[in-house]
This record gives sequence, structure tokens and C-alpha cells, in this order.
Amino acid sequence: MATSDDGGFHGPSIEEFFPDAIFFAGTPFEINRIILIRFLAMLAIILIFWIGTRRMRVVPGRFQSIVEMGLDFTRVNIAEDLLGKKDGRRFLPLITTIFFVVLFANLTGIIPFLNISSNAIIGMPLVLAVVAWLAFMYAGIKKHPGAFFKNALFPPGVPKVLYIIVTPIEFVSTFVLRPITLTLRLLMNMVVGHLLLVLFFSATQFFLFTATQTSIFYGLFGVGTLAFGFVFTLFEVLVAVLQAYVFALLTTVYIQLALAEEH
Amino acid sequence: MLQAVLAATEGEPTNPLIPASYDIIWSAVCFIVILFFFWRLVLPRMKKLLDERSAAIEGNMEKADEAQREAEAALEQYTAQLAEARAEAAKIRETARVDAQRIGSEITAQAHTDADRTKANAQVAIEADRQAALVSLRSEVGSLAIDLASGVVGESLSDDAKATALVDRFLADLEADTSGKK
Repeated sequence: MATSDDGGFHGPSIEEFFPDAIFFAGTPFEINRIILIRFLAMLAIILIFWIGTRRMRVVPGRFQSIVEMGLDFTRVNIAEDLLGKKDGRRFLPLITTIFFVVLFANLTGIIPFLNISSNAIIGMPLVLAVVAWLAFMYAGIKKHPGAFFKNALFPPGVPKVLYIIVTPIEFVSTFVLRPITLTLRLLMNMVVGHLLLVLFFSATQFFLFTATQTSIFYGLFGVGTLAFGFVFTLFEVLVAVLQAYVFALLTTVYIQLALAEEH
Repeated sequence: MLQAVLAATEGEPTNPLIPASYDIIWSAVCFIVILFFFWRLVLPRMKKLLDERSAAIEGNMEKADEAQREAEAALEQYTAQLAEARAEAAKIRETARVDAQRIGSEITAQAHTDADRTKANAQVAIEADRQAALVSLRSEVGSLAIDLASGVVGESLSDDAKATALVDRFLADLEADTSGKK
């Protein structure tokens, strides 16, 4: 992609994700545009679920039905399905929080004027991944005190010699890679989604309004990139929901594995 | 392309994998707020609703069961009452039948008695009349015959005792004759 200073095409850069501070610049409490968008997403969660559960009726209205559907999804399809009723209820607040925080933060990526997901900066994915990591360690240690790390690192039924290979692999995959993959999967999906959309729409801008001064045919490219941008916007909706589901589901699976380890 | 993109940015490129402290802090704050929001407010409300809903469903089922039990009890009671009423009706009918029979036979017996008595009275009266008629007829016939014989014989049968004996003999002969003919 050609880049030039005067009216040329500006491709998206990684600096997109580090806008200038708006409040408290230079302090650890710096607030920039993306942090404000994160606050907005959290505010949306609180408003929707506060209003939706304020006066709950046994026979639900339309809005209450939608809120119930969302809460039932995490409760029944994720928590109770994998952990069972009892443990499902224990970890339900955590799982519900992870699912809706990721979902709402993801969705700001395609809302006009916000146009970026606050999960495209590493803070939130990392915090959630650390929480998931702590959660499954807590679940395992509480369920099998003393035996959890032994079971995780020295799986029973393996010949003792093989522990030389198995133990490092288990250690890395269980205690190192899990939070890293959780973080990076979400972060990179949101980063790439944002970069793609910026690329398509800034190209559309360039082809329709700058390049047409050279030749009218460039306008056709603009139409093409606009169509792609539209399709990828829809795709981003899917990605937003899917990544929220995957994050919550994996957290639950890790907890389940920690609870289930036997012997 | 990424190289070009990175090269295009002025200054040193920021590494997106190194978290900024403000990013971590605000993420943690948001997460904790939302966690407590769901944990302390939304999910308890939801749990309460689900409990209420299952209670309502159970309550309705219980109410239906209750209604069914009541209906069954009422039906049983009605059936019992009906059977009782039938039995009573049968008893009344039976009593009435027996009574009617008794009254009928009583009336018949009474009528028989009355008829017998009337018949007996009538027979007695007839017998008395007959005797009376017989006596009066005998004396009248006697005097008539004597009058007639007196006229015929020309002789006055003044002696009553003789005359009476004569008539009696005559009548006895007559009777003997009649019975001899029979």
C-alpha cells in the first residue's frame, strides 16, 4: 500500500490502539478513547441487566425474556452443562461475567463512532485470562488439596521415566500456555478485525474520493472494498459472539478439568 | 505489509503485547465491578425468579391435584347419596306394597265377614217370615176350609177343638202325600 502525506492513502497502524490520553495523562490511571469505550461497554452491561432484572415477573415480558435468554445461555449451556448443577452454581458469577464482559467489549468494534473493541488492547484479555487461570487453580486446589499439582504435573499411569518429558510439557501446557492462548486468541481476533475494517473503509474512502480524481475507474475498487467492509462487519458480529463464547467455555473447561482430576 | 505499516508510524512502534499499567488497572476495575454486579445483583435476582417460577408451577400442579381430589370426593359422596336414596326408595316401595297387600286382604276379609253376616241375617229373617207365614197360613187355611166344609156339609163344626184336629190331620196327610211324591 502506498502511503503519502498529502491526501494519499493511510493504512491502519498499530498506533490505532494507543490513542492520545484524554484524562490523567502520564499517570497509571490514564484514560484514553479506548478506555472510555470500555467504560461505555461496561455501562451498557449494567444498564441492560439492571433494568432487565429490576422487576422480574414469573411470566416474562419481551425485554425480560431477552435478558433471561442471555443469562440462561451462560447458566445452562456453559456452566451447568460442563460443571453440573452444584459446581455450575459456584462458578456461575465468574463465567457469566467473563462472557458478557468479552461480548459487550467486542461488540463496540462494529458500533459506529466507537469502531474499536476495548479487547483489542491487551489489558482486558490479560486480566480475564489471569482470572480464569486463578479460577481453575483455586478449583483444583480446593477439590484435591495437595494432590492437584501432583496430578497435573505427574499424571498417574505414566511410566516414571517418561516424567522427564511429560512433566515439562504438562507444566507448560497447563500453567503457562492456557492464559497465554486465552489472552492472545481474543486480543488478536479483535486487533485483526479492527485493522481489516479500517483497511477496507479507508481504502473505500481513498478510492472513491481521492483516486477518482486520477481516473473514474478507481471508483469501482471503492465499491468493491466497501462491499468487503460490509461483509466483514457482519463477520465481526459473529467473531464477537464466538470469542465471548470460546473464552467463557474454555474457562469453564479448565475449571472442569481441575475439578475432575482423579486419583 | 506489516513492516510497511510499522515503518509508516512515526517514532518507536508500541508493542501491543506489553500491557500499559493504566490498561491493566482499568480492565481490573471494570472486571471487578461487573463481577460484583452479576454476583450480588443480577444472578440472585435471576435465581429468585427461577425459584418463584418453579414454585408457581408446583403450586398450580398442587392446586390442580387438590381440585381433582375434591371432585373425586364429591363424586363419591354423590354416588353414595344416590345409592342411599335408591335403597330408601326401594324400601318405601316394598313397605307400600306390603301395606297395600295387608289392607287389601283386610278389606276382603271384612267384606267376606260382612257378606256372611248379612246373608245369615237374611236367612234368619226369611226363616222367621216363613214360619210366621206358615203358622198364619195354616190357621187361615184351616178356618177357610172349615168355613168351606161347613158350607158344603151344612153342618156347623162348632167344636173348635175337633175342627182343628181335623185340619191338622188333613194337612199332615197332605204333607205326607207331597213328600211321598218327591
